[in-house]
Amino acid sequence: MTSIAAVNVVAFKTIVVKEIRRFMRIWVQTIVPPAVSALLYMMIFGTLIGSRVGEMDGHRYIDFIVPGIIMMAVITNSYANSVSSFFGAKFQSHIEEVLVAPVHNVVILAGYIIGGVCRGLMVGALVAVVSLFFTRLTIENPLITLLIVVMTSMLFSIGGIINSIFAKGFDDISIIPNFVLTPLTYLGGIFYSIKLLPDFWQGLSMINPVLYMINGFRYGILGTSDFNIVWSFFVIGLFILLLGAIALYLLNKGVGIKR
Amino acid sequence: MKALEIFGLKKTYANGHEALKGIDLTVEQGDFFALLGPNGAGKSTAIGIICSLVNASGGSIKVFGHDLEQQRNQCKMQIGVVPQEINFNVFENPRNILITQAGYYGIPRAVASTRADEYLKLLDLWDKRNAPAREMSGGMKRRLMIARALVHRPQLLILDEPTAGVDIEIRRSMWTFLEEINRQGTTIILTTHYLEEAESLCRNVAIIDHGEIVEQGAVSELLSRSMVQTFVLDLKVPVTEPPVLEGYTVMRCEHTRLDIEVTVGQNMNGLFQQLAEQNIEVVSLRNKSNRLEEFFLRLVGQKEKEVAA
Ligand SMILES: Nc1ncnc2c1ncn2[C@@H]1O[C@H](COP(=O)(O)OP(=O)(O)OP(=O)(O)O)[C@@H](O)[C@H]1O
Ligand SMILES: [Mg+2]
Repeated sequence: MTSIAAVNVVAFKTIVVKEIRRFMRIWVQTIVPPAVSALLYMMIFGTLIGSRVGEMDGHRYIDFIVPGIIMMAVITNSYANSVSSFFGAKFQSHIEEVLVAPVHNVVILAGYIIGGVCRGLMVGALVAVVSLFFTRLTIENPLITLLIVVMTSMLFSIGGIINSIFAKGFDDISIIPNFVLTPLTYLGGIFYSIKLLPDFWQGLSMINPVLYMINGFRYGILGTSDFNIVWSFFVIGLFILLLGAIALYLLNKGVGIKR
Repeated sequence: MKALEIFGLKKTYANGHEALKGIDLTVEQGDFFALLGPNGAGKSTAIGIICSLVNASGGSIKVFGHDLEQQRNQCKMQIGVVPQEINFNVFENPRNILITQAGYYGIPRAVASTRADEYLKLLDLWDKRNAPAREMSGGMKRRLMIARALVHRPQLLILDEPTAGVDIEIRRSMWTFLEEINRQGTTIILTTHYLEEAESLCRNVAIIDHGEIVEQGAVSELLSRSMVQTFVLDLKVPVTEPPVLEGYTVMRCEHTRLDIEVTVGQNMNGLFQQLAEQNIEVVSLRNKSNRLEEFFLRLVGQKEKEVAA
């Protein structure tokens, strides 16, 4: 008999393949729309309005907002992928397929996280390609850029899983994205440097975790940030560990998936 | 070797409903076992616990000697389950559903893919293999779930009402299929509301009602204990009053229909003799229901009365 570790390696690959197949099968809903909205942002804010804004933090406005727009696409899509996939699995009960099998909860969690990361990165890459029509997009620090984007994507993928564990209906999976995620991303410095804000609002912005992700990513691409990006790694890493532990705890308890 | 041992299994749902009140059950390796009971008796709850989908509130379970709590993975490897409700992704195609399921048991894609094809053919789903599963008929969906339950070659197959809503022809072919895999060594536990199905397929049976096992044993033994049988007689000429038939009980008398209870072993000639003497002409004769069904109804009916009292 094969060892349980070997079983779980195959199971992990199986979940990831299943997840990628899922979002690719419905690519018109999952991949295209974010690219279209990114295109609109870049045209309207970057080119039309941006030409009147002038420089932001020492960069052309379009160059400044492109990293934020890419990051926004990564965040929303990583989250959307795991929230809809995991909730769908719960709703149609096919989550039971993996629950009856000897698959460790860590593997289930990791599989769904990586599924979300794949979608996030794929959409992010597509938005980056779109941005080439507007800017040269040279990447100052590829390693930091990649690390930040992968970690952020992981974090929101976990968030999506937790959301869907608690969700009882379709309404419950749109509340967090609409009322928490969108405001935090918009206020996370996609379109402006927080240095422009009065002291009070600057301070308040610093408790927005998304700020650290967007700034970290922007640092990777442009080489400038509102603060030392060690903080970015620290904040994202901390949240990954925290939310990851919560998600695993919920899965182990069987919340929302076992009777 | 015992395929399944259940000791004092209890389940109280979050809403306070006590679905299982401490059941004990043993299924021998190689058995074809029926778990019977009326709606809401607790059959699916018990199956859910065995398959790790429902958390038990008390008691313990062993699968081929492995304790479910302590050696859950070994247990899971041995079990294949066909649930009562459809639970696959209806947007996915049958072939991928099988390959994915095999993957969850550690079967690499290449092997899984040959095996998926094997079961798709065996269960007559080959033509539908690449279309979204939602396009299949109800009977095909059931067969897909059987294929999915078998793809990792489990030693114990548990089916929760596999033939519900399946036409008689497909039901019979499912029976032949299940009998065949049972002959090859797979232990089968099945729930059904068709008592005729349990009677013809299964060797042993447990009857569960209101979360308790009310009867358990070999089908043949239970049948021998079922002391009475009801026959329905169709008459040529309507009768106005129930005839008096010494030694036999008239259960119902309506126009040209007469229901008569006969004790097992009792001579039927006496019945016909008395009918003839009273000039009652019988056109046809049939069993009211099959014997297991009668036994079952009697048992469950008794329980109903106890609960009401
Ligand atoms: N998730 C749940 N929460 C609360 N009560 C439940 C839940 N699931 C089942 N029950 C209750 O537990 C009892 C047993 O249900 P179960 O599904 O095990 O019955 P069953 O024997 O499979 O019935 P059927 O023949 O109708 O499938 C029922 O009274 C049911 O209402
Ligand atoms: Mg049931």
